[in-house]
Amino acid sequence: MPVALPTDWAVWLLVVVATGYFAYVRRHEHLAAPWRRVTRSGAGMAALVVLAAFVTVGLLDSLHFRPRLDGRDQAGRPVYGTEVRSVLDALVLPLRTRNERTYSAPLATRSFSRETIELPGGGVAREFQRLRYGGAHLEDETARAADIAVTALQGVAVAFLGWWLAAILAAAALARRHGIAVGAMWSEIQRGRTEVQWRAILLTALALALVAVPVAALAAKYHVLGTDKVGQDVLYLSLKSIRTALVIGTLTTLVLLPIAILLGIMAGYFKGWIDDVIQYVYTTINSIPGVLLIAAAVLIMQVYIDQNPGLFPTAAQRADFRLLLLCVILGLTSWTGLARLLRGETLKLGELEYIQAAHAFGVRHGRVITRHILPNVMHIVLIALVMDFSGLVLAEAVLSYVGVGVDPSTTSFGTMINAARLEMAREPMVWWTLAAAFVFMFVLVLAANLFADAVRDGFDPRVAVGARPVAAGAAR
Amino acid sequence: MLAYIVRRILYAIPILVGVNLVTFALFFVVNTPDDMARMQLGAKRVTPDAIEKWKAERGYDRPLLWNGDAEGAARLTKTIFFEKSARLFAFDFGNADDGRSIGHEIRTRMWPSLALALPAFLAGIAVYVAAALTVAFFRATYLDFWGVVLCVAMMSISALFYIIGGQYLVSKLWSLVPISGFQPGPDALKFLALPVAIAVVGGFGEGVRLYRTFFLEEMGKDYVRTARAKGLAEHAVLFGHVLKNGAIPILTGVVAAIPKLFLGSLLAESFFGIPGLGSYTIDAIQAQDFAVVRAMVFLGSALTILGYLLADLSYTLVDPRVRFQ
Repeated sequence: MPVALPTDWAVWLLVVVATGYFAYVRRHEHLAAPWRRVTRSGAGMAALVVLAAFVTVGLLDSLHFRPRLDGRDQAGRPVYGTEVRSVLDALVLPLRTRNERTYSAPLATRSFSRETIELPGGGVAREFQRLRYGGAHLEDETARAADIAVTALQGVAVAFLGWWLAAILAAAALARRHGIAVGAMWSEIQRGRTEVQWRAILLTALALALVAVPVAALAAKYHVLGTDKVGQDVLYLSLKSIRTALVIGTLTTLVLLPIAILLGIMAGYFKGWIDDVIQYVYTTINSIPGVLLIAAAVLIMQVYIDQNPGLFPTAAQRADFRLLLLCVILGLTSWTGLARLLRGETLKLGELEYIQAAHAFGVRHGRVITRHILPNVMHIVLIALVMDFSGLVLAEAVLSYVGVGVDPSTTSFGTMINAARLEMAREPMVWWTLAAAFVFMFVLVLAANLFADAVRDGFDPRVAVGARPVAAGAAR
Repeated sequence: MLAYIVRRILYAIPILVGVNLVTFALFFVVNTPDDMARMQLGAKRVTPDAIEKWKAERGYDRPLLWNGDAEGAARLTKTIFFEKSARLFAFDFGNADDGRSIGHEIRTRMWPSLALALPAFLAGIAVYVAAALTVAFFRATYLDFWGVVLCVAMMSISALFYIIGGQYLVSKLWSLVPISGFQPGPDALKFLALPVAIAVVGGFGEGVRLYRTFFLEEMGKDYVRTARAKGLAEHAVLFGHVLKNGAIPILTGVVAAIPKLFLGSLLAESFFGIPGLGSYTIDAIQAQDFAVVRAMVFLGSALTILGYLLADLSYTLVDPRVRFQ
């Protein structure tokens, strides 16, 4: 039975909006031109491929359902479990269910610490026990290294083969579109001379495949990133964290955009007392240190959730509601920067001749704003949207550490780090949970930063098409 | 000049009032003191008597805005708004939920915070400006390119990683400094060395990248071309002209941040066990001590507003082109 959590609705709404925007841009040359500049950036395209992989995982994790149980109730209707799962959970079922008792190192076959077991003849012994699932298929443990190497190499071979096929197909499709031979197209791609940076795209895809496929092959037999304190697979936790990070990074901007656009444009367009009031509001909110305002708001929200337990039938829904509210709070506290930028730009636009002309023709305010102002400030909105994303992903981890982030039961990079930070003090050290969280976060944020830079360069009106003067170009 | 300063100060007052109203609304209107009491006493199985007692002990048993039972001016003063919110203007913060005076805590905890924040701040500026000037000097070369790549990579690393990684590497593996703790006096040096270094490294990417933009923007201007055209050496151009003019936008940001140094750093202080205002705030958030969080929100806002004020003033002082109107 499908279940839609509040954030699922928001996520899929976002997908619909993005698809609509994409279709709209494709049909309008002047909107497509800056995006075409973005596709010419190698770093930007490489980042886009990585982001796409993350988004795919996040979207699979946003399709929720309650699994059907065996048997039927009296009325003959099927019975559904109370636990909410996602399609991703179903795809990586072994990762979710094959839990160990406690810590185990990456790719280990034995537990990380000694466990007390009862010997058959009475008495007890303490020893490193074989894991229940990690490497359980091995008869002889000394064969572990060889088994890992063989599995990984098989994965590499499959990845390379798959990538090769995909690359050839892509080159063939491109060659057909441009009406040239496949070989010629291939050499164009190889030299990075194509309009869209296919070389960067294909190389990044290859790198991704070379990591993902062997890991997937190994994950079927081992815990590739080890297990945490309660024996959960760290790779599974990392994959689940991706959705939380993406939700916070994108839904927050969804909350922030309408407020910032409305107030920013109103302040710049109407001027006078409306401008004064809006400026006053955003200066006030801006004066309150961000973390403290968020902390205060989250504490208040926590009280509200605790006072109204009846609103949320399942723990998953309560955690999800808290995630949604966190996005709303982050959005309500961080619209000021964009609003100020939009106000400044609108002030500038309001003085231009075509706006003056619209006024002279008696065009109504609402129409001037939607037809003439809004389309001309959209590039600022878009740049702010992609620039904010990485900051929000990083902020989530810090807020969760402070205790005002997502619900402790929600898997996120912040909760992973928070749960694992005392493990550094253990002897020998448990490093894999922290390392996994930081590496996944680093890759996601780095890709987001690089993509944001490419978008900013593409949309910046100061960047002349084609020629870039050294000083102005280097200034970014 | 004086008139300008007075006007800027007057302009800060309504903002401070606005901040006060926002915190009041957040803490007392969205959730009533009853909710707070229930939360503190444990949500379930709380008797109304216990709630009343909790509220009376902390002075939350008054009406929010208007006390109809009292006489004269007391109608306004014997209210939660006056006693809990309006008194913040006099920096009278009242007591925390555990009964200790918040004002006293702030006065004692301010100094460890400052001992960490001030060196980190000064060292940060020096390092970022030096690094930004270097990459600006080698602009459009491989050094510049890889410098920016390094900055973007360093910006993409979580602040938590710098702290946890630094503690592991320097304290645990190399045993150079204690992992955490604090002592006043000269001993503070060994406790503060690592957090200061981590703060500088953690802000490196963002700082250098931003300052580099400022310098490069100046370098594209006509007066720099004139300076080069008349035969000035590159270092004379860089230090004599570009640094001075590029320092103006840097200065505004820097001066605005000075008052906030008193607030300390949330993460570093709690990880390194430094008894400053940052760790005080985190403890209060985790203990859900609303009185302390409210006081810190107000104090933080007041210091931020002071920072904006100082930034505006320094701007007019440094840049003769800016006129005060």
